[in-house]
Amino acid sequence: MLLFYIGRRVLWAIPFMFAVSLIAFALISAPPGDYLTTFAATLAQSGDVVDEARLDALRERYGFDQPFIVQYLRWIGGVLQGDFGISFEWQQPVGQLIWERMALSVTLALATLMFTWAVALPIGIYSAVRKYSIGDYFFTTIGFIGLATPNFLFALVLMYVAVVHFGSDVSGLFSSEYQDAPWSLAKVGDLLSHIWIPVIILGTSATASLVRIMRANLLDELYRPYVTTARAKGLSEFRLIMKYPVRIAINPFISTIGWAFPQLISGAVITAFVLSLPTSGPLMLQALLAQDMYLAGAFILLLCCLSIVGMLVSDILLAVIDPRIRFR
Amino acid sequence: MTANTETDPRALEQKPEDFASQWRLIWIAFRRHRLAMTGAIIVLMFYLVGAFAEILAPFDPNESSSANIYHPPQMVRFIDHDADGGWSFSPHVIGMTMERDKFTLKTTYTENPEDKIYLDFFGKGEPYKLWGLIPMERHFLTTENSDERFFLLGADRLGRDMLSRTIYGTRVSMSIGLIGVGLSLLLGLILGGVSGYYGGKVDMFIQRIVELVISLPTIPIWLGLSAALPQDWSPLARYFAITIILSLVAWTELARVVRGRFLALRTEDFVTAARLDGCKRGRVIFRHMMPSMVSHIIASVTLAIPVMIIAETSLSFLGLGLTPPIISWGVLLKEAQNIRSIAQAPWLFAPGGAVCLAVLALNFLGDGLRDAADPYVQDSH
Repeated sequence: MLLFYIGRRVLWAIPFMFAVSLIAFALISAPPGDYLTTFAATLAQSGDVVDEARLDALRERYGFDQPFIVQYLRWIGGVLQGDFGISFEWQQPVGQLIWERMALSVTLALATLMFTWAVALPIGIYSAVRKYSIGDYFFTTIGFIGLATPNFLFALVLMYVAVVHFGSDVSGLFSSEYQDAPWSLAKVGDLLSHIWIPVIILGTSATASLVRIMRANLLDELYRPYVTTARAKGLSEFRLIMKYPVRIAINPFISTIGWAFPQLISGAVITAFVLSLPTSGPLMLQALLAQDMYLAGAFILLLCCLSIVGMLVSDILLAVIDPRIRFR
Repeated sequence: MTANTETDPRALEQKPEDFASQWRLIWIAFRRHRLAMTGAIIVLMFYLVGAFAEILAPFDPNESSSANIYHPPQMVRFIDHDADGGWSFSPHVIGMTMERDKFTLKTTYTENPEDKIYLDFFGKGEPYKLWGLIPMERHFLTTENSDERFFLLGADRLGRDMLSRTIYGTRVSMSIGLIGVGLSLLLGLILGGVSGYYGGKVDMFIQRIVELVISLPTIPIWLGLSAALPQDWSPLARYFAITIILSLVAWTELARVVRGRFLALRTEDFVTAARLDGCKRGRVIFRHMMPSMVSHIIASVTLAIPVMIIAETSLSFLGLGLTPPIISWGVLLKEAQNIRSIAQAPWLFAPGGAVCLAVLALNFLGDGLRDAADPYVQDSH
């Protein structure tokens, strides 16, 4: 039964992926004109002679004169074989440019998810058990402020405080000596010493909403008769809460992967831009602005697919934990 | 013979809650919610500021002056001490003189206690047209001498008054949230309503679309869409395009709420009764089902506005949303993008404070509305 559910869910993901790839391609081919017109305009501006024949040849090579659906099929066919096309701006295959950045993006999102869970679980439990205590109000206030602050603003304020009061620069994911160095243990250590700032910035709003959900769910459970029964039987308060109500209230933590993952990935774009992190966000932004369509398309496609995979994982985990979902 | 039975007077006493309409009940529950009331008042103030931006802003937000580059904020002093020891009530700020370092071109300001700039409530300032229609020249707060300027929130790198700019930004940022939510409400109502009312295959299909849109990471999609806008569009066209882009992604949540309510209500007895009475489909929906969903929808709408505001701010901050000459909070925060300018002029963060406050207030308001609209929530306050 479980396997059947998982199989059906995975099969559903496939048409989704195709729909997403269509959207991604529509997005990148939507701007009027193409990279070559931009390119020609830049050339003309700098006084170079624009060779129409050469432009036409290029246009034909990239298939810009073909109808949309043909262009799309050519593109998606290449993507399925691992060929994302060529970045016009960098004059390099897109595949070479994106993977390290995508890997860093995923690492960042996963680290943020871990952070969110690790912080939200104890605080949520505490806030529910000690309802209306000073600690509860404190965390609720911080949570609301965390929800209300746009990530990039938080990043800016943090940078300001770091520069003005501590005289240090918090941007980037690596120190300058490791920037272009090949991967080594020392570089991983360097990454760990930098990654916590974007993790905190990205994780705050997700943590805040998770704490609120956890608190509300646990409050629903805490006054149920089975809790009273367990208490009457003399179970210690800590074991009692951890063993029964928390286990039921924790469901949203799993389903969080579903919505938090897309959110983390998309939120990271702006934060990464402010903190100039070497993740996918800033390069995608640059590619979008320069109409470097294959590069931008690859990023949009991969980020969307990541979100879909996140949804998939969370649905499957939920089904594993909660048998009711499987039988629906 | 009449039976002289004692009636307990308490039985006749009626509390207003006993015969209040649904809206009145919601209002009563809402008023008890102190945080939500505070939120409502702050939201109202933001919209008033947006509506009367021209009157409240002391200066033209686009007027730049090289003499006031990165002018720091000034404090209003209400009591004026005379030289002979007496005092009088006349609000003023202390003027500042600028010095520019010849090498670094860094500007520094020092207070000049001799130079007092007197302020005037509803005094005459630069002429303007309220809502582009009514010619006026009085501002809420101006300088008595119209040649002088004051900066309660400082000035930016072109010497433009941040207070005036933030006030004008309020109009754009708050209204884009409202219009965008209106559009997504329209989409959500139609699609969610159809989905929930008809059920079956239609529902299945629309739900898949909703799931697809939800699983997309919003910001890359927003970025892609706004990068696709032609650069030469007029500011107004751009404003509406951005609003549409924002609502294209945001309608799903509302569609889900509407569908959920429709599904829940469809099997309620009073809906069945109305149908059995021979009411037409339109009447069942609008006369019988709608009234019991409106409150929920209003609450969801309120909670969707802050999401829009943050989205607009983020897009404009990246330079892909609204662009100058439109002034929105995001456009203003773009000035605070590089670390050197905020290190020199931390008051450029002011619009960010406005964003946080507005979002916070809208969240409190929405939470309160949701609680008040739900008849099954026991008042725990």
